[in-house]
Amino acid sequence: MRYAMAVDTKKCVGCSDCVVACQTENNVPIGFCRDWVVEVTDGTYPQLEIELRSERCNHCANAPCVRCCPTGASHIVEGGIVLVKPNKCIGCGACIASCPYDARYPHPKGYVDKCTFCIHRVKEGMKPACVAVCPTKCMYFGDLDDPNSEVSVILKKRKSKTLIPEAGTQPQLYFLI
Amino acid sequence: MNEELIISGRENLMVDPQLHIWHWPIPLYLFLGGLAAGVLFFAALYYLLGKEEQYRAAVRRVPFIAPVALVLGLAALFYDLNHKAFFWQLYTTIRIQSPMSWGAWTLLVITTASFIWCALHIREFFPRWDWKYKWLKDIEVFFNKNKKPLAWVILIFAIITGVYTGILLSAFNARPLWNTSVLGPLFLASGLSAGAASIVLASKNREERLLFTKIDLIILGTELFLIVHMFMGFLASTQVQQEAAQLFLGGPYTMVFWIFVVVLGIIIPGVLDLMELWGKHIPALIPGVLVLMGSFAFRFVFVFAGQVSRWLY
Repeated sequence: MRYAMAVDTKKCVGCSDCVVACQTENNVPIGFCRDWVVEVTDGTYPQLEIELRSERCNHCANAPCVRCCPTGASHIVEGGIVLVKPNKCIGCGACIASCPYDARYPHPKGYVDKCTFCIHRVKEGMKPACVAVCPTKCMYFGDLDDPNSEVSVILKKRKSKTLIPEAGTQPQLYFLI
Repeated sequence: MNEELIISGRENLMVDPQLHIWHWPIPLYLFLGGLAAGVLFFAALYYLLGKEEQYRAAVRRVPFIAPVALVLGLAALFYDLNHKAFFWQLYTTIRIQSPMSWGAWTLLVITTASFIWCALHIREFFPRWDWKYKWLKDIEVFFNKNKKPLAWVILIFAIITGVYTGILLSAFNARPLWNTSVLGPLFLASGLSAGAASIVLASKNREERLLFTKIDLIILGTELFLIVHMFMGFLASTQVQQEAAQLFLGGPYTMVFWIFVVVLGIIIPGVLDLMELWGKHIPALIPGVLVLMGSFAFRFVFVFAGQVSRWLY
C-alpha cells in the first residue's frame, strides 16, 4: 500500500478551505497550520501565468526527517504515511531543519507536529479533511498500488510533477499541471 | 518575474518567514563541544606520546576545561529542547542514520571520560586531595592502572566529538549551506585550534607554549584551506549551493563571517603566531583570545546562516 495525494493546479482557486478544514479537524493550535496554499506568478505583464498549489507534508518515501530523528519519534507507518509519536519526541528540531518543504512545526506543547494525511479518517474509509472539503474537488487521495484508485487513475490521465525531487526525498504529493 | 507567495497566511512559529528553530544554545554548545574535544585530544595525545611531564599543562591542567565545557554545553542543548521532559528518549535507542543519536551517546562517553581524566589529575590543583570514600579510591587506582586505554578512548572519542559537531549540520540536505562534507573536518579543525589556543593561554612553560603555537598555526592554516575549499565546492555546485555561498559573498552574513571568523579569528592570530615563532615577543593572550572568539563566532554564523539557506521551488 502506498498512499499519495494529487492536487490539480488548474482547478485550485486558492480559497484556503483545505487549510481551515485541517485546522478544525486536527485541532491545530491557533497560529499554526499543517497545510498551506502557494501562489506562483510567472512571466511578464500581460503574459502572466498563475499556479496555485495546496501544499503539505509530502510523506516522502525517502524521508530526511525520519532519517535524522534521534529517538525514532518520526516514523513511517503502513501506507508510507510519516508520523510523529509525541511521547517519543524530545523537540530537538532536527526534523524541522531537515525538511526541504518546511512542512513541520513545533507544537506549543513541545513536540513536533505535521500533516498525518488524516490517518484517523483514512482508516475509517474516509478521505483526508482537506480533500473532502475542497469546493472545486481539485484534490485526489488514495493508494498508488491500487491501479483503480482515484489518485492512480488521475495520475495516469494527466501530466504531473512533484516538488524538489532533486532533493532525493521521493515525495508522494503530486501536482497536476 | 517569478514570485512565490504563501497566500493562506502560514505563520508557523520558528519556521516562518524564515527557519529559526535553533537559537543561541546550539552554536554555544557546538563551540563548547569543539573546545572540549580539542583540549582532550591534545591531553590524550601527549600522554600517549609519553610527554606527560614535559607538557604538563596540556596533559594535566587544561583538560579541566573539558568537563565544565561539556556540562555547560549539555545544559545549553537541554535548554533548547522543546519537549524537555522526554529528553531521556535519546538514550533508549541508537539510530545510526541520525548523527544526533550517536552524538548523544558519544557525549555520554566523552563527558564521563573527561571527569575521570580530571579526577586522576586533581592533585595538580589540590596537592593534598584525598578521596573521602574507599570506593572512590578504588576507582582511582583502577583508572591509574588503565590510564593508557582511557587515553585511547579519550583520543578517539575526542575526534568523533569534534567531527560530529560538523556532521550534525552537514547531514541536512534541506539546508544547502550545511550540506557539505567539508563541515566535519572544518569543525574538527576549529575545535582543535581552540584547544591548542587554550593550552598556549594556560601554559607557563615556554617550550610547551612554542610547541602549541606551532600546532595552532598549522591548524589555522588548515582551517583557512578548508574554508576556501568549501567555497570552491559551493560555487561549482548546484544553484541552491551557489546561493548559499552568496550569503557570505555579498549577502547578509558577509561582514560578520570575513571580519570576525576569517580575519580576526584565523588570519591575525596566525600572523601573530608566526611572529612569535620568529622571535618577536607577542603576549600569548592576544592570539589565544582571538582564536577562541573566532571559533565561537564561526559556530554562530554557520548555524544562523544555514537556517536561512534553502531550496527554492
